[in-house]
Amino acid sequence: MLESIWFVIWGVAWAVYFMLDGFDLGLGTLFPFLAKDETDKRILVNAMGPFWDGNEVWLITAGGVTFAAFPRAYAIMFSGLYTPLMLLLFALILRGVAFEFRGKVDSARWRATWDACLVVGSFLPALLLGVAFANIFQGLPLDAAGLFHGNLLTLLNPYGLLGGVLFVLIFAVHGALWLATRTEGDLQARAGRMATTLWLVEAVVAVAFLVLTWFSTRLWQHVLAKPVLLALPLMAVAGLLLTRVFAAKGAWWKAWFASSALILGAVLFGVAGLFPDLLPSSLDPAASVTAFNAASSPLTLKIMLGVVLCFLPVVIGYQLWVYLAFRDTVTAESISRGPSY
Amino acid sequence: MDALTLSRLQFAVATYFHFLFVPLTLGLSMLVALMETQYVRSGDEDYQRMAKFWGKLFLINFAVGVVTGLTLEFQFGTNWSRYSAYVGDIFGSLLAIEATAAFFLESTFIAVWHFGWNKLSKKAHVTAIWLVAIASNLSAFWILVANAWMQHPTGFVLRNGRAELADFFAVITQRFAILEFIHTLGGAYLTAGFFVLGISAWHLIRKQETAFFKKSFRLAAAWTLIFALFEIAQGHMNAEILGTAQPTKLAAMEAHWETGRNVPMHLLAWPDAANERNTVQSLSVPSGLSLLATYSTGGEVKGLKDYPASERPPVLPVFLSFRAMVGLGVLFLALGLWAFLKRHRIEDQPRFLKVLPWLIPLPYLANELGWTIAELGRQPWIVYGLMKTSDAASPLATAQVGTSLVAFFLVYALLGAVDFYLLFTFARKGPDAATAAAK
Repeated sequence: MLESIWFVIWGVAWAVYFMLDGFDLGLGTLFPFLAKDETDKRILVNAMGPFWDGNEVWLITAGGVTFAAFPRAYAIMFSGLYTPLMLLLFALILRGVAFEFRGKVDSARWRATWDACLVVGSFLPALLLGVAFANIFQGLPLDAAGLFHGNLLTLLNPYGLLGGVLFVLIFAVHGALWLATRTEGDLQARAGRMATTLWLVEAVVAVAFLVLTWFSTRLWQHVLAKPVLLALPLMAVAGLLLTRVFAAKGAWWKAWFASSALILGAVLFGVAGLFPDLLPSSLDPAASVTAFNAASSPLTLKIMLGVVLCFLPVVIGYQLWVYLAFRDTVTAESISRGPSY
Repeated sequence: MDALTLSRLQFAVATYFHFLFVPLTLGLSMLVALMETQYVRSGDEDYQRMAKFWGKLFLINFAVGVVTGLTLEFQFGTNWSRYSAYVGDIFGSLLAIEATAAFFLESTFIAVWHFGWNKLSKKAHVTAIWLVAIASNLSAFWILVANAWMQHPTGFVLRNGRAELADFFAVITQRFAILEFIHTLGGAYLTAGFFVLGISAWHLIRKQETAFFKKSFRLAAAWTLIFALFEIAQGHMNAEILGTAQPTKLAAMEAHWETGRNVPMHLLAWPDAANERNTVQSLSVPSGLSLLATYSTGGEVKGLKDYPASERPPVLPVFLSFRAMVGLGVLFLALGLWAFLKRHRIEDQPRFLKVLPWLIPLPYLANELGWTIAELGRQPWIVYGLMKTSDAASPLATAQVGTSLVAFFLVYALLGAVDFYLLFTFARKGPDAATAAAK
């Protein structure tokens, strides 16, 4: 029971991370396509300014939850996916400092350098996380000892790559919608057009991914065995459709929330379809790393459950407060008036 | 080199580098919080400018600290998977608590503080910086509890082929953890103290913003003196606990080979590990080490020869690091005392002011030396007495780790260069550049 509760917490931590940092990573990816001049660029950066750091902690929490609740899964996943994880780390490092550094020296070349770091540091994590999760969905080449029999190229199979492209697209639409909620005038119009244009590609790739998931993974079989879980893929599909409906009306906040529902629904569908596996093995089902054979001791799981139940509601509370406190539209004028990046 | 050695090097690079930024975050967040509190209470605009100027340097430093911390959490899984699987039940939980209870708070409110100057009330704004200061110090607490468990494992049972938690309270309240925590904080606060003293001195010598920097100097002088005194008095307890908790580390720090009573302390020595003796030893304080480690001149102190060579840490670097760290500690006390005594007429001390900026790196060095003693002195164990470092690494190919190590070197060298360049530039620009519409 404890293991199952922790499996849910594990999935939710990842889902919330993707929903929140997803818009930062997406907006960072679209940076060169949405920002025409230096003013636009600063508006984009400051539209993420007060939030990106707090969002990224959800990744640390997802990693921490894996480590604390399922140490064996943490050990196998992080060492097995060594190279992609290192790339992810370097990308996130460069993205993080780019925010702080880009405006610190008054030189076009300086800013261009850090802008490039921001773009690569946003695009690469989106791609890598998509590739990694799609590969987890279809199973990793793990033997009974938990050794990973593969390399970076093993992960770059068609289904894995499609997962990567899907993540990039979902985050890009999510980020464009975020910008539309935070800006006005021409930039807002361009962000909205970008979101609706990309939405079409996103929808096509999402449908292809869901179909391919039937053939490449056992997610659908698991979910169909417990029909109540069908609510999750339905939530994802409804979120996807509503994103377009609201975007067409220019209801940007509603569209952003619909896009969030898509992300939560899609990730939780994947997680529910994995249960009880954390890392299914493609070599031998018996070698799969599950919530039960990878879990920490009952005492640790109980104490950590107490910690999470105490602190996460508080975290969600103050993060919500921050989103409300900094909800004003970001404009050239607001940036020059107040503290900004 | 094999994958194990490369993983160790990579961990050393990542940790040393991360810890170039952490101490200033811990200390300067407190100082900025104090400055802004003074502003809110007295309405004195100078203190607001101080909070903004030192706060700006704080943010530049914070950026690299936070991104390099991410690496450390992930590295336990990527490079030390056998360790992670073996002790994750305890160690992983402590890292997860750090994220949920402290790091969220720190990362969320640093942005509130940065972006909130015109949006929030004065009281709400100063609360934000206090939350950052408290959260970053709390974050240090959890990380150091985790490290202390590697130094002195407690509250666990060996079951199911791994270490499992048996007594959570014992893990988080053990004396070793508390001592390690306050000693690290002391070093961090000294780092921030000398940072503020050094930069203030640079401006005072040039007679720029004299009133502003004298105020900063006075605050930092008192702060530095307090923590220099604290660090020396308290540091003694850290050495003393090693006598029972980690005898091989203490013996290596003192180059002490033969177990005995009335063990002297050699102020001057040079260890020769191959021959299990010291080539030089003089200026000895009779029974000094016994007294220090056991509070009794006749107390027994274990020597390195009591342990097989395969269970001894590398003696020379641990020994030298300890000497250098203690020497620096004494120097900090002398400098702190002088700065404090002369703080009201500090402009009459041009030579002292000229030297101070050059001394900013010294507390950084002392911090890194301290970690060298802690981590290298624990070898060959990753968890003292429980698991050897050589049994802890991930089953990785040499080329994988070699490549990532080179990447770490390059990326970190770039980040370090840029960050120190920016700190230097903005420190020299002075408070006007920081208070003008900040970019």
